[in-house]
Amino acid sequence: MFEVRIHGRGGQGVVTGAEMLSVAAFLEGRHAQAFPSFGSERTGAPVVAFCRIAEKEIRLREPIAAPDCLIVQDPTLFKVVDVFAGLKPNGYLIVNTNKSFADLHIAEIASRLPKGHAVIVPATEIAQRLVGRPVPNAALLGAFAALTELVHLDSVAHAIEEAFPGKVGAANIAAAREAHANVTQQEIDAGVAHDHAAVL
Amino acid sequence: MSPINEAADRNAAPLAPGETQKLKFYQKGTHTVGNRLVDVDDRAVQSSLDRSNALTCGHRACQGCGEALGARYALDAAMRATGGNLIAVNATGCLEVFTTPYPETSWQLPWLHSLFGNAAAVATGVAAAMRVKGRSNVRVIAQGGDGGTTDIGFQCLSGMFERNDDVLYICYDNEGYMNTGVQRSSATPPAARTATTPAVGDEPGNVFGTGKSVPRIAVAHRIPYVATATVADLHDLERKVVKAMSIRGARYIQIDVPCPLGWGSASHDTIRLARLAVETGFYPIFEAEHGKVTAARKIRKRTPVVEYLKPQKRFAHLFKGGVEDPRVARLQAMCDANIEEYGLVDHHDDDV
Amino acid sequence: MLKQIEGSRAMAEAIALCRPEVICAYPITPQTHIVEGVGELVRDGHLKNCEYINVESEFAALSVAIGASAAGARAYTATSSQGLLFMAEAVYNASGLGLPIVMTLGNRAIGAPINIWNDHSDAMSMRDAGWLQLFAETNQEAVDLHIQAFRLAEELSMPVMVCVDGFILTHAVERIDIPDQADVDAYLPPYEPVQSLDPKDPASIGAMVGPEAFTEVKFLAHYKQTHALKLIPEYARSFRDRFGRESGGLLRGYRADDAEMLVVAMGSICGTIKDVIDEMREEGFKIGLVTLVSYRPFPLAALRDALARASDVVVVEKSFAVGMGGQLADNVDGALRNLPVRPRLHSAVAGLGGRPIPRGSLHRLFRQALVQPWEGVHFLDLNERVIGREIHRTGKNRRSGPTAENILKQLAGGRPAEQGRPG
Repeated sequence: MFEVRIHGRGGQGVVTGAEMLSVAAFLEGRHAQAFPSFGSERTGAPVVAFCRIAEKEIRLREPIAAPDCLIVQDPTLFKVVDVFAGLKPNGYLIVNTNKSFADLHIAEIASRLPKGHAVIVPATEIAQRLVGRPVPNAALLGAFAALTELVHLDSVAHAIEEAFPGKVGAANIAAAREAHANVTQQEIDAGVAHDHAAVL
Repeated sequence: MSPINEAADRNAAPLAPGETQKLKFYQKGTHTVGNRLVDVDDRAVQSSLDRSNALTCGHRACQGCGEALGARYALDAAMRATGGNLIAVNATGCLEVFTTPYPETSWQLPWLHSLFGNAAAVATGVAAAMRVKGRSNVRVIAQGGDGGTTDIGFQCLSGMFERNDDVLYICYDNEGYMNTGVQRSSATPPAARTATTPAVGDEPGNVFGTGKSVPRIAVAHRIPYVATATVADLHDLERKVVKAMSIRGARYIQIDVPCPLGWGSASHDTIRLARLAVETGFYPIFEAEHGKVTAARKIRKRTPVVEYLKPQKRFAHLFKGGVEDPRVARLQAMCDANIEEYGLVDHHDDDV
Repeated sequence: MLKQIEGSRAMAEAIALCRPEVICAYPITPQTHIVEGVGELVRDGHLKNCEYINVESEFAALSVAIGASAAGARAYTATSSQGLLFMAEAVYNASGLGLPIVMTLGNRAIGAPINIWNDHSDAMSMRDAGWLQLFAETNQEAVDLHIQAFRLAEELSMPVMVCVDGFILTHAVERIDIPDQADVDAYLPPYEPVQSLDPKDPASIGAMVGPEAFTEVKFLAHYKQTHALKLIPEYARSFRDRFGRESGGLLRGYRADDAEMLVVAMGSICGTIKDVIDEMREEGFKIGLVTLVSYRPFPLAALRDALARASDVVVVEKSFAVGMGGQLADNVDGALRNLPVRPRLHSAVAGLGGRPIPRGSLHRLFRQALVQPWEGVHFLDLNERVIGREIHRTGKNRRSGPTAENILKQLAGGRPAEQGRPG
């Protein structure tokens, strides 16, 4: 079982991101369970959503305390929430930012993860440019597909289309593809392409 | 002289042959209206031998119960207006209790009692069921006393109004919780003695400046039809029920129904008190459509409120020791304000 | 058809497949997505011949359903928590009148302090109201139970509450098989009321009943629930025959046959418990689970049979009666009452107001039951430090202020209002 925890703020599509990821996994014949951190969410408030992916039925209903992958949609959360709590030593980290890990003062944490397991993606920038709104969730799923290779980018695209049919979906798919390419390029640059894929 | 005219007015001058006289239902001396002597078309539903008796005899109401009269008048009129395609929903209260002591029932139409405060909502459900079953010809009446309407059932009532559900809600207003032993409701008039507004202390009876007028609140919902009525005017009451049944959507009729037990009045005075409530301006009788008052029943013989108060023990403390409490004047002012507001007296023939 | 959708949406689709004729909706978290879902299905024409009524309160929601049901229409509503309490009077009325209304309860805690998260306090508050109460373990079961619920309700002339864990199930997106309309139509016959309001055959419904008959009327309601003990498994079997999966029934065991310790629980927590059981079995513990689906009627005999051979029974429940203990544990105790040799019963309360129930805590709980059994109720993961401080603080000062707010302050690391206001 692979467990993903997404941190963001109300209005950034955190819950929808987890749901779309679960749909992408479902489309590949897997079992997936997406659920929010169950609050009376308000725009701007810290929000957490979870996604489990497995080959067999998922019975577990506890929140994800030890994620295999962390997706951080808003780096301002580092000061507010213990985002890294429970992240597995061999886990993955995706941070939506156009800064570096050093600029965010998390270089040390990122370096503890296996090589190639931590990436930064300017997802908000990509979304702003392609979707016209600063909603980074779709782009980050593209990055997730590239980083973990747990779901195919086409499945992510299908899931996005299902959630947002029409033009909005198409723009978000483009954002996911660009983020996917961005991460893939980072991996090639770092010489870690294809030696980091996650397993269920 | 025809027997009809004779019955109408024994004191009138004899008519010339061929001359007709306009019949007045307000008949000095007998006060009988809706009788079987007038033209068939003018007769009340109650005067008809084939009235449905929706609320039939054998029930356990007190002698002189205004509510029992009001309910039978209203439902028989509605039964006739709908060809018998009628379902009644009843709030908890006197009417419910005295009509259905298990395993007996006085209701000759389909009748459902659920709770005290939800008659309007239950009626909404019945109407919805009829609509979805393609039986929109079957109409729904919700009915309750003033407690079940103006107090505990008020939220459901307002919701039914606001949604404009196809329900006629009839409130039998006896101005208190009579079923539980005469306690105050938000329809209890000022100064009236009840078990929870006893006639003791500096300000005996119900407090001035409290209470609410649900008919006015109903008007404020801009529902298609609102009316007040009285068991003292059968023709007016029946006409209003028939009119209400000709309209789709939320409708509200509130009927003044004296309660001998709660008011401390003689059983034989029920109709007289209901009439005095109208003639004093104590209980304005009016109609409104879509948020506007369209008609008011004029006072025929304007009467001081004292005449209305004196036969009722609930107001006896206002006349203790032969001295009239100054608050009688406040009640008179209240009546005068009603008369002014609803135009209950035409000034040119104001005979007071 | 397999779909990856939110539990609430799946339930809405299942409810629509049952062709309700009147739906009354009043929003309360976490039930909202269900009534929004059915509302959309009515508006977009998927669910035809249905009146969807936006009411002004939960009391009205169930009252409208009562009127509709009494007039012969298949009626549905949904609520949670405070909403259930607000309709409490109508809850009893619906069962007393024998009206087969189906209601989803998105299980949520009851305030004060106000709390929107999951536990079973709401369902427990109406456990004696004469409704059938069925608890769903998964969203698949939630879907399936609704279909069975309408059939049960209408066969028994008795309302059914389908209890679904708020957020944990209602807001979870997962793989759910939505049945075909044809199968649902074949499984669930049209509603044929035993009585209804009809001008062609006027009946008075809801008359006053005095001491001379009230006991008999109530006994017959109880008798109907005992009859339901037979119908619930029967309908679960015919459901399996048509839809090809196990859903519903009175209860079911998991690795229970040879278990020395049996856990009893209801709702979604059973999934987590199964994972814990698998882990403990690996370590050699002979532990199993009995998932209770039907809380009302309470399957005394079936539960007794299921538990009789165990040496320890641990009841894990998401509710308790203040001043008494866990309601489920109390009922389980009733099932074991007359056994000549009975297992030890351990009562644990967990997951109140949405507190997560992690596997680690369950591991510790089950082990503790063996080595260090406790008296009364055990509160899982109770923060004893906070409790101790608060008891100490309130003991010192008469005007000690609001407990809930002070505990939150403590947890946030702030100083509790130690001195309070001068009292």
